[in-house]
Amino acid sequence: MNPVPPAIERCVSMAVARMKGEPGPLLEILHLVQNELGCVPPESVPLIASALNLSRAEVHGVVSFYHHFREQPAGQHTIKLCRAEACQAMGGDALAAFATQRLGAEFGETRKDGKVTLEAVYCLGNCACAPSALIDGQLRGRVGRDVLEECAVGWGVPA
Amino acid sequence: MVTVFVPGDAGAVSVGADAVAGELARECRRRELPIRLVRNGSRGLYWLEPLVEVVTGAGRVAYGPVQASDISSLLDAGLLDGGPHALRLGDIEDHGWLRSQQRLTTSRIGVVDPSDIDDYIAHGGYVGLNAALKMPPHEIVRAVTDAGLRGRGGAAFPTGIKWQTVHDQVAPQKYIACNADEGDSGTFSDRMLMEGDPFSLIEGMSIAGLAVGATRGYIYLRVEYPHAARALARALHVARERGYLGANLRDSGRDFDIAVRMGAGAYICGEETSMLESLEGRRGEVRVRPPLPAIKGLFGQPTVVNNVVTLATVPVILARGPAFYRDFGVGKSRGTVPMQLAGNVKQGGLVERAFGLTVNQLVYDYGGGTASGRPVRAVQIGGPLGAYLPSSAFDTPLEYEALSARNALLGHAGVVVFDDTVDMARMARFALEFCAIESCGKCTPCRVGSTRGVELMDRILAKRGVVHGDIALLEELCDTMQNGSLCGLGGLTPFPVRSALAHFSEDFR
Repeated sequence: MNPVPPAIERCVSMAVARMKGEPGPLLEILHLVQNELGCVPPESVPLIASALNLSRAEVHGVVSFYHHFREQPAGQHTIKLCRAEACQAMGGDALAAFATQRLGAEFGETRKDGKVTLEAVYCLGNCACAPSALIDGQLRGRVGRDVLEECAVGWGVPA
Repeated sequence: MVTVFVPGDAGAVSVGADAVAGELARECRRRELPIRLVRNGSRGLYWLEPLVEVVTGAGRVAYGPVQASDISSLLDAGLLDGGPHALRLGDIEDHGWLRSQQRLTTSRIGVVDPSDIDDYIAHGGYVGLNAALKMPPHEIVRAVTDAGLRGRGGAAFPTGIKWQTVHDQVAPQKYIACNADEGDSGTFSDRMLMEGDPFSLIEGMSIAGLAVGATRGYIYLRVEYPHAARALARALHVARERGYLGANLRDSGRDFDIAVRMGAGAYICGEETSMLESLEGRRGEVRVRPPLPAIKGLFGQPTVVNNVVTLATVPVILARGPAFYRDFGVGKSRGTVPMQLAGNVKQGGLVERAFGLTVNQLVYDYGGGTASGRPVRAVQIGGPLGAYLPSSAFDTPLEYEALSARNALLGHAGVVVFDDTVDMARMARFALEFCAIESCGKCTPCRVGSTRGVELMDRILAKRGVVHGDIALLEELCDTMQNGSLCGLGGLTPFPVRSALAHFSEDFR
């Protein structure tokens, strides 16, 4: 097996050291790793498993269960567009269709040039200001095509 | 120095409140006008956000919706003295939308500084905990039982009975687990509470701890709520520093502390046993009941699992007595309920009132109809597992029994409005698709039934205008899911599907 990159090893051991005394620490450790590295890289799974005395399958099972955890880093920019009912009631489906077309990525995908990742979320708790999106981590309400267009232009996504 | 409130509430921020706060601070510095800027919660009138309030000699004066580009003209108009301006709304508490509400659980949201425990105490905070500290545990439980409080997360189970069960267990460790995985579309009252009045949740959990003999609490917070995470972290730190949490809290000889645990984007983790699995660091797969969490819950110990609004309602019950709370409401729905009005609605937001307001009153009197200006066709009540109601049923009061008689449920009291452009067969398909995406996979009716349901709906959608037998098959599938699923996800997904079919059958043909 290839050696684990030192950045991953260091990140995992810090996360484990911080949470190991806590009961049921796996999710918290995965959050720390993803916050630091932008994803939970597959190379980190055996390290986490061995530190917590779990099997690799158990750790992988948790990583793959939760929508939030990702095994590959996202693109340079991320748009998480809410696809739930309250946003649908405010034209969310048409907005979603525009997003995939303008950003050149399907939901759950990253553009080939790595510029943008488009993801679906189900409710951001901002349903009185629908449609909502998380754009590079910032919550935006009353999102229209203009907002997505502005992002696309600002990020240099060709029309 | 003049105090100015600019909401730090995520919803207000989503429409520009941070930019407003930044511009206000900058412009006041430039004009050498000293101000104290407080980032409060939202008053819940979201069409007026960002809503800025200025404290003047004559009380608080509100302006909204304010954008950063308005700040200069507002200051020119004498914003800091409550001067006249096109955006001036006056005292927001005199606004009919707010004045007609009965805010018990959410009374402090938007009013107080959510990071300031003294402000919390000045507005009636910790009266409930101080009362509870003088009571034997079983009396605290009885107060909650007598108040008639039922779980506001969706299941509506009597809170006092749950607490009594945990109280009666003998165990080395008991837990209070707060379910802050508010995943239902159309709901945001938990978020508003945690961001705008986090101490009320902390106080409610502390009282629960005293009542059942738990010394440890967890808040399971969804990862989609980073603003709430920051507000809770600040409030927990202050509460600990001031002796309202931790060992020997308020010199009572009792210990209680709270930790926040982040979810990771799984709707199913709002189901209580799935949430416990997740808190233990595992896949959020539903547990088979019995045993109940109250007997064998978190880490196998007796655990109170309650939603944010439920726990944050406990302080007012202890502070003002169970009779005060119980006197609000109708029938078996006692007290008040923070309803959330969302979707295609002109005036969306938070409406807390005694149970019994009709859908009509909420959608038209508060909501003012649709944002699009088109006729209202349907509402969905209670999130993605809740039923759709047609306008002919809008005289239904929003309370547990009346909704149940209409094959609907109140859930977490979110109401999403749709105009007449909605395709209800597509909404039925979405309900099944959502179930397929979010199913934990443990039981077959939910895991397989939802996917088969999406396929079936695709066939029905493709065959509109032709006679076929697939609708009968859809009914059968709904029967299987409703009766055979382990938990509410598979068990309740048929509600939106069947209600769409019952009330809007023309969309399926």
